[in-house]
Amino acid sequence: MVEQVRKLLEKRVESVDELEKLRQSILGKRDTSRTCISVCGGTACRASGAEMVVDAFVDEIERRELQVQVELKETGCHGFCEKGPLVVIEPKKIFYQQVKPEDVAEIITETVLGGKAIERLLYVDPVTTEKITYEPDVPFYKKQTRTIFGANGEIDPTNIEDYIASGGYSALSKVLSQMSPDKIIDEVKKSGLRGRGGGGFPTGRKWQSCREAKADIKYVICNADEGDPGAYQDRSLLEGNPHSVLEGMIIGAYVIGSHLGYIYVRNEYPLAVKHARIAIEQAMDYGLLGENILGSGFNFTVTINKGGGAFVCGESSALMASLEGKIGEPKAKYVHMSEKGLWDSPSLLNNVKTWANVPLIINKGADWYSKIGTAGSKGTMIFSLVGNINNTGLVEVPMGITLREMIFDIGGGIPNGKKFKAVQTGGPSGGCIPEQFLDTPVDFDELTKLGSMMGSGGMIVMDEDTCMVDVAKYFVEFLKGESCGKCTPCREGINRMSEILNAITQGKGKPEDLGTLEDLAGILSAGALCALGQTAANPVMSTLKYFRDEYVAHIEQKKCPAGVCRELIQYSIDPEKCQGCLRCLRACPTGAITGEKREVHTLNQGLCIKCGACYDVCKFNAVIRQ
Amino acid sequence: MAKVWIDGETSIEVEDADGVNAVNLTVDDKQIIVSAGQTILEAVQRVNGIGNIPALCNHPAVKPYGACRICTVEVSEDGGSKFKFVAACLYPVKEGLIVRTNTEKIKKLRKGIIELMLARCPNVKRIQELAEEYGVEEPRFVLGDQDCILCGLCVRACQEIMGKSAISLVNRGIYREVAAPFYAYELTEECIGCGDCAFVCPTGAIEMGDDGRPVLPQVKIPFAEIEAMMKKEAVTPS
Repeated sequence: MVEQVRKLLEKRVESVDELEKLRQSILGKRDTSRTCISVCGGTACRASGAEMVVDAFVDEIERRELQVQVELKETGCHGFCEKGPLVVIEPKKIFYQQVKPEDVAEIITETVLGGKAIERLLYVDPVTTEKITYEPDVPFYKKQTRTIFGANGEIDPTNIEDYIASGGYSALSKVLSQMSPDKIIDEVKKSGLRGRGGGGFPTGRKWQSCREAKADIKYVICNADEGDPGAYQDRSLLEGNPHSVLEGMIIGAYVIGSHLGYIYVRNEYPLAVKHARIAIEQAMDYGLLGENILGSGFNFTVTINKGGGAFVCGESSALMASLEGKIGEPKAKYVHMSEKGLWDSPSLLNNVKTWANVPLIINKGADWYSKIGTAGSKGTMIFSLVGNINNTGLVEVPMGITLREMIFDIGGGIPNGKKFKAVQTGGPSGGCIPEQFLDTPVDFDELTKLGSMMGSGGMIVMDEDTCMVDVAKYFVEFLKGESCGKCTPCREGINRMSEILNAITQGKGKPEDLGTLEDLAGILSAGALCALGQTAANPVMSTLKYFRDEYVAHIEQKKCPAGVCRELIQYSIDPEKCQGCLRCLRACPTGAITGEKREVHTLNQGLCIKCGACYDVCKFNAVIRQ
Repeated sequence: MAKVWIDGETSIEVEDADGVNAVNLTVDDKQIIVSAGQTILEAVQRVNGIGNIPALCNHPAVKPYGACRICTVEVSEDGGSKFKFVAACLYPVKEGLIVRTNTEKIKKLRKGIIELMLARCPNVKRIQELAEEYGVEEPRFVLGDQDCILCGLCVRACQEIMGKSAISLVNRGIYREVAAPFYAYELTEECIGCGDCAFVCPTGAIEMGDDGRPVLPQVKIPFAEIEAMMKKEAVTPS
């Protein structure tokens, strides 16, 4: 016991100078020329088997007794999830993709000891078919500006010393020793930082109103209840660099005078919860959280609250209701949460990414920060680029980059030579942007002008085989299930929208349906209580605006031009092209296809369930879908 | 001196008084003075003949909730250049606020909301009356057979006035309903049969039963199904 207490006291950093000394001593102990194998340990890479790769490395290093020469590190998400598990060999940054446990022994022999790259594991540029050896040269990374996300690939999120060594908590010491809360607000305001959770509200203004609110108790909240389908950037940031989020929160707490913070994180993100918990414990041990932080007399602690899986709890007032132990439903925000939030106390709530931006702004200055981005949106934004795209993953780009650059240069374009059709931004509250706007710069205001929004940074790319009515139906169905049901327009309106869209995709649509959808959209945007309902019609309205002809085709010709809506398509076999190869016959799960070898096959419409298996396997394009 | 309307037809001249916690607001082009700290709906309801704001989920005995949304009005905080839609039952009165309670836009919005309510509850008298007032004829949607508009008054009365919480709103979205908490099979002894819930219900969806306990609106999810779901969950390894 005494020994433990003594150890704890030894770790504790008592002042700004001691933190700097600690940083120097950590750096002094490190040998930068030493080989470091960093394996991506983000959830996506873990799903592709990264943990087995790590185990294999541990065994191999032990077997060959290389513990002294080689360092092994399991980092946070590197972003290039499509090619996971990823392994980067430092210091040269040799980049291996889709590594399997079997490859480990060879990597140690050839690369770590022999200094040679293994051709087979290198990334191949699909455009030039050239093999790329080093991580920074991979086109996916080359065009990014990884100011927030870059550290993810370099630090072990479960080791605070890694974060401190990379300059971590220096913003906190700068703030505590040199900056008054008002000066910090000025700096954040000058930086032009806007909330990364979706609304894009100027962060500095929010901080100021929370600082000015008079109350004995104030709270700081980190919103990590990321729920947009296809978005996982908040998870990866909290998993990969939890201390950057904590540091931002401590600075925010210092500004408004709060002593208690919450991280509201989804229970479905076990790794993020674990890493955040470890980070909080370590920060407590080092005296960066708790009482008398860095000897400044300022006290602040953070606790984790796990969300129960309701999408609506990402909305700030619903999140706070949930934190209070009530039903997670939103309330009117005619008085801002920064004045009257959690338990009616002023509460400063920001998204994970917003908090992680704060240390950067303090360290590098508002002038540096505001040089990145567009007039109205500063800094970088982390997007999760998913859907029909070659390079699925997380990308961090400066605001103002065009959609085309993101999708084609970083994302590597559409797979299988298909044509681009639309990109859905901003999650279920966003809209679908068609090809003619691909050169639009991505920032808060430009996306809103197109009827979509920035949201939390989800970006779903869709190819020509996507039915836009079906997409609208998908998002409306999602929101129907996630509406809290409190207010009439959202509960009833979304349900009616879903009824109409279902009818349209089943060929039962009526010409007047489109007008009804527009009416419902008007009721939702003007009448709904919270942002979930107010923006719920965006997927419908944006597809109706840019792809109206598809709706009309469904309603009038009873056809689905993309061949997606099952009730509106029919498969048949072209007797001219059919070679009688039996492939479709074998693939058909219902026995709807009959025929002999080398004879034309026939498809029985009565038995066909329109699964498309025959269409997928036919090598002669003999299966017709119309 | 300011001209102030005390009801729809009569106005008086009042002198500005220092230290009085009052705010001036304009409601449908008429200026009224009301005490601060109340909502638009409360203020307007206290002045006869001014404004036209229907409300279903509001009751003076419980806290405002903002669920039915038919009290939506347009307000401007900048002297009339920009208007926004807000729920009158929740929005606090402020000095210089301009309120419009019955513009074409609002009528259209209310008509739409009432159409949705009527489609859900076609047989409820209160909703039928509102539908007639706002010109809703036949809803364009598949008609339901509910009596409950989920305004939550019963639940709030039970919780706020009686301190009991014997009934609760369960589930979310379109599956939301008033039931015993956690979908219990029947009301527990928490229910003291006070009848508050039936009294505040604007649609008559809750009535008092012969056993002295309220009869709740019919629960949509059959209990057998829930039981089956729970059993299934219990055996599925997590």
